[in-house]
Amino acid sequence: MSEIKTEIVETDILVIGGGTGGPMAAIKAKEKNPGLKVVLMEKANVKRSGAVSMGMDGLNNAVIPGYATPEQYVKEITVANDGIVHQKAVMAYATGSYPMIQYLDSIGVKFEKDGSGEYNVRKVHHMGTYVLPMPEGHHVKKALYRQLRKHQVLVTNRYMATRLLNAPDGRIAGAMGVNTRTGEFLVVRAKSVILACGAAGRLGLPSSGYLFGTYENPANCGDGYAMAYHAGAGLANLECYQINPLIKDYNGPACAYVTGPFGGYTANNKGERFIECDYWSGQMMKEFYSELQSGNGPVFLNMTHLAEETISEIETILHSNERPSRGRFHENRGTNYREKMVEMHISEIGFCSGHSASGVWVDENARTTVDGLYAAGDMASVPHNYMLGAFVNGSIAGQDAADYCASTDLPAYDEADVAREQERVLAPTRRDDGLTPHEMEFKTRRLVNDYLQPPKVTAKYKIAQARFAEIREDLNALCVKDPHELMRALELQSILDCADMAAAASLYRTESRWGLYHWRVDHPATDNENWFCHTLLYKDEMGRMAHKKRAVDPYVVDIPEEEMGAYHQLRTPALAAE
Amino acid sequence: MPFANHPTSVPVTVDDEKCIAEKGCRVCIDVCPLDVLAINPASGKAHMKYDECWYCMPCEVDCPTGAVKVEIPYLLR
Ligand SMILES: Cc1cc2nc3c(=O)[nH]c(=O)nc-3n(C[C@H](O)[C@H](O)[C@H](O)COP(=O)(O)OP(=O)(O)OC[C@H]3O[C@@H](n4cnc5c(N)ncnc54)[C@H](O)[C@@H]3O)c2cc1C
Ligand code: SF4
Ligand code: SF4
Repeated sequence: MSEIKTEIVETDILVIGGGTGGPMAAIKAKEKNPGLKVVLMEKANVKRSGAVSMGMDGLNNAVIPGYATPEQYVKEITVANDGIVHQKAVMAYATGSYPMIQYLDSIGVKFEKDGSGEYNVRKVHHMGTYVLPMPEGHHVKKALYRQLRKHQVLVTNRYMATRLLNAPDGRIAGAMGVNTRTGEFLVVRAKSVILACGAAGRLGLPSSGYLFGTYENPANCGDGYAMAYHAGAGLANLECYQINPLIKDYNGPACAYVTGPFGGYTANNKGERFIECDYWSGQMMKEFYSELQSGNGPVFLNMTHLAEETISEIETILHSNERPSRGRFHENRGTNYREKMVEMHISEIGFCSGHSASGVWVDENARTTVDGLYAAGDMASVPHNYMLGAFVNGSIAGQDAADYCASTDLPAYDEADVAREQERVLAPTRRDDGLTPHEMEFKTRRLVNDYLQPPKVTAKYKIAQARFAEIREDLNALCVKDPHELMRALELQSILDCADMAAAASLYRTESRWGLYHWRVDHPATDNENWFCHTLLYKDEMGRMAHKKRAVDPYVVDIPEEEMGAYHQLRTPALAAE
Repeated sequence: MPFANHPTSVPVTVDDEKCIAEKGCRVCIDVCPLDVLAINPASGKAHMKYDECWYCMPCEVDCPTGAVKVEIPYLLR
């Protein structure tokens, strides 16, 4: 690769990640204070980036008056997470939920309504009613893009952020990035930075062996988690992995949330229901895993009993939104919902708060533990937040960051940090031979599957740590031919950081919790006396990976003892008796 | 350490007859979240350069001439 240029840009707010939460943060910061300069840095192109690239087929967690109250929702999420939640942040989401739906509606995002124009909310969760279908949800990105333009947010596409910059006093001072097509190096000085880089979705290897056949958009490889870690932020409950029940091999949702309200259900190989509730939780995944392991697997999504008109409605929704290539996949295999159940499997592991609870710690204002640094969406610690959560949380971050900017100057940064990062980023471009990003990524992720996939066994985790350390040494041989491969090489380094974090966080919590997500074979019991707390993983002053406990703040919504176990009784009564 | 050449089929194909890249169109290349499409120097048309695809379909849906076809990658099919 030829001579590399460096550009320096100054802004008030830098948002990293232009998928779902990021654009909303940028828009809401500008709405709050149009005088601010807001830069949105995106690895791909904001027009089609992130999890909602092709839209969404429904809101999984809409808190709509008449169907659910914020208090009910907070209770549901607390119970589904075995009590370990920062309720104030969940409450901030729940109260922001309905106003956000109305805002999205006003900018052209379409939701299902009944004949009288009311939202058509459906029940999928164990206790309350929160699912709002979006049969015409494919225009989400277009609606967001119009607002980005209207509010004059400065968008830089095809720039991948690689590290954050800290001021001498520790607060955030900006970020560095690299152009994925030219290799140009970029320094953005900012008063405040909002991270919205999505889940760490390229951690485990899909069982197909195809590196990019992940559940998450593979651009979300854990850069956000790695950057937050290196900037000194605390990361919460990383041991609470994301593992999802998906269409086998295709690795996308089948999708029980869409089909459930129509009568579709998860079944074993006898066509029998084995769980009462299809809402994705650690307990549900444990039941799913047990069924796969027993002679009753594989597990399927069954719709064969549904009426023709219902099935065609389901097909319209599932084959035109979110993961529209589902239809093609089924066609190739001759799977017609009318005749054949859809074979399912469990996904590779990842970090994601959008679906689980593993994220960069944020409070109810979306603030991380580093001054001036915010996180939103799948990578921020508000559990089970999904798309609407990314929007609400992003909006909170954007507004709070706008206020923060008013009371701070552009912080100084250390030139040496930039020089060091430039060296790290560009090192693989300076070698003529060595190891390719592809083989190093494959090996790392294969080891993640071999050793980190639950059930978690201490002896396996120790081996994993030793093997990851060997791969870290091999980084000295990492070699790339062009800027595209350089992006993959940098992504690999985020993946390796996340693999180390997953191992360390899991070993720290010496109990089992959250069903399959944190099932420690050597510590099978839930130990509320010692572990009814969040865990925070962070980089200490010596640059080592360290941990601490963080007490669960007093609840804002009380949970009666007898309701706490609701998600532990998901097995259908007949089967539970077997 | 020398490198091996490792050919693999690609899930995304472009119909050269329909592609109007010579008129300046870059839509599919612009929208791909994984940046795996590029102009083929040999034909001047869009093609899949890297087999790193999420089979997500913006390239196919946004192409103004219907030149792009997304298949499921063989390993998953
Ligand atoms: C297949 C699938 C189906 C889903 N179905 C539903 C559903 O039906 N209902 C629902 O409510 N939720 C659903 N979700 C969840 C929901 O889509 C996510 O929770 C939400 O979109 C996450 O928003 P985000 O902003 O955190 O991440 P994203 O929207 O994924 O955005 C992250 C962005 O960061 C960019 N990025 C990553 N790294 C960098 C970097 N280093 N530098 C610059 N940019 C970077 C990425 O390119 C991406 O654009 C689904 C998710 C998936 C994957
Ligand atoms: S979008 Fe269609 S016409 Fe345009 S470059 Fe791509 S394949 Fe060619
Ligand atoms: S299907 Fe998605 S990832 Fe594959 S080439 Fe098209 S836009 Fe890119």
